[in-house]
Amino acid sequence: MAERSVIPFGPQHPVLPEPLHLDLIIEDERVVEAIPQVGFVHRGLEKLVEKKDFQQFVLVAERICGICSFGHSLGYCETVEALMGIEVPRRAEFLRVIWHELSRIHSHLLWLGLLADAFGFENLFMQCWRLRERVLDIFEATTGGRVILTACKVGGVEQDIENSELAAIVEDLNGMRAEYDELLRVFLKDRSVKSRLVGVGHLTKQQAREFACVGPFARASGIEEDMRLFGFGAYDALADFQPIVSSDGDGYARCEVRAREVLASIDLIAELVEKIPDGPFDQKVKGAPAKGSYAVSRLEQPRGECFYFARGNGTKFLERFRIRTPTSQNIAGMVHTLQGCELADVPLNVLTIDPCISCTER
Amino acid sequence: MSSFGLAKMSLRNLFRKPATKGYPAVPAVFTERSKGTVRNDMDTCILCGICQKRCPTNAIVVDKPGGTWTVNDFDCIQCLSCVRSCPKKSLTMDPQYAAPAGEMSAVTLCKTNEDAQE
Repeated sequence: MAERSVIPFGPQHPVLPEPLHLDLIIEDERVVEAIPQVGFVHRGLEKLVEKKDFQQFVLVAERICGICSFGHSLGYCETVEALMGIEVPRRAEFLRVIWHELSRIHSHLLWLGLLADAFGFENLFMQCWRLRERVLDIFEATTGGRVILTACKVGGVEQDIENSELAAIVEDLNGMRAEYDELLRVFLKDRSVKSRLVGVGHLTKQQAREFACVGPFARASGIEEDMRLFGFGAYDALADFQPIVSSDGDGYARCEVRAREVLASIDLIAELVEKIPDGPFDQKVKGAPAKGSYAVSRLEQPRGECFYFARGNGTKFLERFRIRTPTSQNIAGMVHTLQGCELADVPLNVLTIDPCISCTER
Repeated sequence: MSSFGLAKMSLRNLFRKPATKGYPAVPAVFTERSKGTVRNDMDTCILCGICQKRCPTNAIVVDKPGGTWTVNDFDCIQCLSCVRSCPKKSLTMDPQYAAPAGEMSAVTLCKTNEDAQE
C-alpha cells in the first residue's frame, strides 16, 4: 500500500479567487480524502443588522459578495418586504429581475473565464472577460456602479431605466450574443476543453440529492431545480421558463449548464423588456418590522439557491438576519468529487462548483 | 470535436482597436450616473443635517453653529443616500475619480466664505 501524505491546498492558490483551504490526503497521485476549512474572510456582516437600520442594511447586504452583489441586496429587500407586508410596484420587480439576470450573465462569464484559465486556455479566458466588461458597462450606464450597484432598496429600486435605454440594452446583448456564440462553440466543441473536463469530478443525481447540492452544480447532475421556477418577482411574467439541465454530472456538464444559462438569461431579459409595464418604480416605506415577525425568501443566485431569513423586534433594527449561501451547500458535494480524483484535477474540481467564499463566510 | 475554434476571433482581434482604454493617456468616459465624489453647493445648502443622518458610514459632518459642511471622501461609499435625501438638491455626485492625495483628509466647506479647507 502506498504511503499516505497530506498536501495543503490553499488558502492562497492560483486557481482560487478567494481563500479556501483543503487538506488533501493523498496516496501517490490520488486523493483519498479532502478536509475543507473556511474562516479566512469572515467579516461578521449578519451581526451588523444590530447597528444599521433595515433600510441602510441593503448597502451592507450587497457587500456580502462582489459578484452576486445585486442578488444579495435583492434577496434582503424581498425578505424585509415580506416581513413588513410591502407590495413592490410591478415595474420595480421587472427592473430588479433584469439587473439580476445581467448579474448572472457577468457571473457566468467570469466563471467561464476562470475555468478556461484553470485549464490553461488563456485566450479563451481573456475573450470571456472582454465580453463580461460589456455587461459591467451596462451596469455603469444604468446604476452608476460596475460591481456595487446600489440599485435595490426596500420598497422598490433606486432609479428607473427608461424604455429606450432598456431597448438599447437588449440590442447590446444581442450584439454580444454573436460573439458569445463563438465562445460557446469553443467551450462545447473544442478538443482541448473536452479532454480536460469530460469525466472530471463526476457526481450522480442521487449523490447530488444526498449532499443537497444547489444551482448549476446540481442541475449538471440532472436535478431540475431552479428557484426561478417559483416565479418570485417578475419571473411569473415569463411565458415558458425551463431550467438548463444536463445529466452527465461531470465538469464538462457544469461548464455546459453555465454556458447555456448565459444565452437563456439574454433571452429572458429580452422577454422582460418587451413586457415591462409603465408606472412607479418605488414606494415609500413607513414603520418598522413588527416584534416577533419573521420572513424567509429564496432566490436563485448565479451559483444556486440562496435562502434568507429575517426577524423583526419592533424597532428599525432587525433582530436577526441569516443567509444560507449556495457555496456552503455545494462544499459537501465538492469534497465528495475530490475523493479518488487525480491531484492534478483538484483545482478544476474545486472551480467547477464556482466557489464563493466571501458569500459563505459573510 | 474541433480544434482552433478561437482562431477566427483571434485573427479578428489582431486588426481591431484594443478592448482596453489606456487610461490616463486616454480620458475615462463617465456616464450620467457614474459615481465619484459628493460635492455641495453651499449657496443653496441650509445645513439641515439630513445628509449626516442618512450617511451609513458617518462620512458627513454638518456643523450648523459653525456654518460648515464636511465630507470625508475616504469614508464615503458613494451610495447616494445623501444626494437623494437632500431637500434643497444642493448635494451632487461629481462623476470623476478622486484626485490622488498624500494624506487622508476631509473636505470642509464654509457657509460664509465658501473656501474649501483641507
